[in-house]
Amino acid sequence: MLVSTNVLTSRSAARSLLAENGSLAALVVLVVALSLMSGDFLTVTNLLNVGVQAAVTAILAFGSTFVIITGGIDLSVGAVAALSAMVLAWTAADTGLPWPLATLVALAVGVVCGLVNAVLIAYGKLPPFIATLAMLGVARGLALVVSQGSPIEMPEEVSRLGDTIGGYLPVPVLVMAVMGVIAAVVLNRTYTGRAMYAIGGNEEAARLSGIAVGKQKLITYALSGVFAAVAGIVLASRLASAQPQAAAGYELDAIAAVVIGGASLSGGKGRALGTLVGALILAVLRNGLNLLSVSAFWQQVVIGVVIALAVLLDTLRRRGGR
Amino acid sequence: MSQAREILRVEKLGKRFPGVVALDGVDFDLREGEVHVLLGENGAGKSTLIKMLSGAYQPDSGSVLVDGEPVEIRTAADAQRLGIATIYQEFNLVPELTVGENLVLGRPPRRFGLVDTRRMHEQARGMLDRVGVTVDPRTRVAELGIAQMQMLEIAKALALNARVLIMDEPTAVLTTTEVERLFGLVRQLRERGVAIVFITHHLEEIAQLGDRVTVLRDGRSVEQVPADTPEEELIRLMVGRPIDQQFPRQAQRAGEPLLRVEGLTRAGAFADVSFEVRAGEVVGVAGLVGAGRTEVARAVFGADPYDSGEVLVRGRRLPGGDVRAAMEAGLGLVPEDRKGQGLVLGADIAENLGLVTLRHATRAGFVDRAGQRESAGRVAEQLGVRMSHLGQEVRTLSGGNQQKIVIGKWLLADAHVLILDEPTRGIDVGAKVEIYQLINSLTASGHAVLMISSDLPEILGMSDRVLVMARGRLVGELKAAEATQDSVMALAVTEVEDARVH
Repeated sequence: MLVSTNVLTSRSAARSLLAENGSLAALVVLVVALSLMSGDFLTVTNLLNVGVQAAVTAILAFGSTFVIITGGIDLSVGAVAALSAMVLAWTAADTGLPWPLATLVALAVGVVCGLVNAVLIAYGKLPPFIATLAMLGVARGLALVVSQGSPIEMPEEVSRLGDTIGGYLPVPVLVMAVMGVIAAVVLNRTYTGRAMYAIGGNEEAARLSGIAVGKQKLITYALSGVFAAVAGIVLASRLASAQPQAAAGYELDAIAAVVIGGASLSGGKGRALGTLVGALILAVLRNGLNLLSVSAFWQQVVIGVVIALAVLLDTLRRRGGR
Repeated sequence: MSQAREILRVEKLGKRFPGVVALDGVDFDLREGEVHVLLGENGAGKSTLIKMLSGAYQPDSGSVLVDGEPVEIRTAADAQRLGIATIYQEFNLVPELTVGENLVLGRPPRRFGLVDTRRMHEQARGMLDRVGVTVDPRTRVAELGIAQMQMLEIAKALALNARVLIMDEPTAVLTTTEVERLFGLVRQLRERGVAIVFITHHLEEIAQLGDRVTVLRDGRSVEQVPADTPEEELIRLMVGRPIDQQFPRQAQRAGEPLLRVEGLTRAGAFADVSFEVRAGEVVGVAGLVGAGRTEVARAVFGADPYDSGEVLVRGRRLPGGDVRAAMEAGLGLVPEDRKGQGLVLGADIAENLGLVTLRHATRAGFVDRAGQRESAGRVAEQLGVRMSHLGQEVRTLSGGNQQKIVIGKWLLADAHVLILDEPTRGIDVGAKVEIYQLINSLTASGHAVLMISSDLPEILGMSDRVLVMARGRLVGELKAAEATQDSVMALAVTEVEDARVH
């Protein structure tokens, strides 16, 4: 914390931003510490690399932010990401569908998965955990069925999403930024976004204030699905092929990013910027540990500890503020 | 009484929270076998004081003495050891466990390491007997009524050998007969030497039950008076100025009917309920708790479905179970459970005030948040909400101010018929009068109010007409002039068999 304030002494605005946002402060500390510990960390190439590593998690996490703000949870995002990418590759390769149409179909798959989740939750009254856990199984299974278990090549045009612009700026980072801005605008400016906060804060009060809770949940989970589809397409583009086992376990990273970013799992709180910071913390940490040649086994331990610490610090800071 | 031994004494107690001085020198003493009433408006410091006595907060200054010895109450366990038990408005019961399990929670009788269910139920029965409750210890707590849960809490406290029993507004949620039973028990406990700290907003209860009264105002103890002090004097001490009129109703000439309900029925909840509410009117709905008043209100508003009958607003029929349609037609509901159903506690004032109008402030999916904030600011000012700024979390407001927010969101939406369910429950005298004045200004501008209340003086003081419900039926209608406590109560206890809808 001391280090971060030294770096930013002249910028009081930045300081107040850090004070208000514990996770951002943690990210700054992490970046400063890693730059001191490894000369390779603070280079443009490496930082862009971190951005690419963060992109898929961040995009998934933006979608999860919507759901978590309504007080729900979406465990299916990783599987939906894989299924969407798989459908894109499969329709383009096997049925010869032009890539723009195939992309639209893939996004539609994400939306449909989200809608099914929402119908089960809002109208079937299933707990979100169970509904989306079921969807995780179904989507992952369908990805395997469609691909018969082996990777399918992505259409070349779509694979450019994994490239760089001018050999420099990675497209995934750009997509992440765009999706982040969309998430922030949805949350802050749209009816649905404001309704998400109200529903997560007090569903009954929201309903009695005329918010159509069921319909808003449909939109929320559909958004989560479409963000998952985008993440899946970006991931597959980087690998140049859609793989049925892609993004396995990413739903937990996404949830971790959202929570590290200051959202509450009980709903009503959360921000797109926080989620971005959360995803960056995870990516910076993995990248830094690699640079420091920490073994992959120990990395898992460190990341687990950091997740707990980040959320703990934030909780303590908020309690102190009351 | 004056020779009775002093158990608890509090001297110059002070407590500050960031930005607020909650307690600023409170003196209080409690003797064996007395009922000592703590009186004060919301925010006067009653809750802070009892939280310090029960170990939830630590005082910043001053001292607490038990049996003449200075003590520090750092945790709930400390309070328990000193024999101090607190019964909060929100009960500390586990609804999914049985009565017996709740009574011995944390220390169940064991046999071979397993819970000895038979002995647990025996113990529970003994504990229930002491408070005169006849309920099977195997019943799940969730199935009990509120009054029974309260008795259960008292039984729990007694089982821990409590010498000091602190009760935070125990009568707020009880019906008249339940209050009588509670008072009977409290008197018995007093006979046995238990010292009771009793918090209430119902002034008439003070003379009935209390021995002494300590009045708190703005975090200070302003005076200690005997319980038979006249109500006007108590109010003056509490608010620091005399209140001319507790119920300042200014009746209007009734205009066209705005809301008409015809033969509304839902099996098991209410049957054949018909009434109308005209522009400029306040129609009170009286009845015992469980008479079906809240259920009817929610059905009218579309929050719950109904089986048959119809709801008409300005002659147009509303679809059942559709909150949105009811809202669009001009109905508004201020629900009974302010925190659970009326507010998003973690959101700020502006956000809560704008909840109903959110949809109308949306163009092409985008919300005009600046406009929303501006209107919220206007209404907050009009309602005299005491707050630091619009971004303040609603959670941190006092009950009266929270209620103003719930009403305020319907003012913003310009609801023509406002259904108020227990609008002043748990709200202090000063804020109550403000809400009554708000009702006046609403009806003066041609709005109509349907007011459900279990506070009979409030029903009589504020309504132009009184509807009485009993066991799911409307059993009578009285004009303001002919309604008295007795006439309303006589109707409220009507048996269903001879009930006839007017």
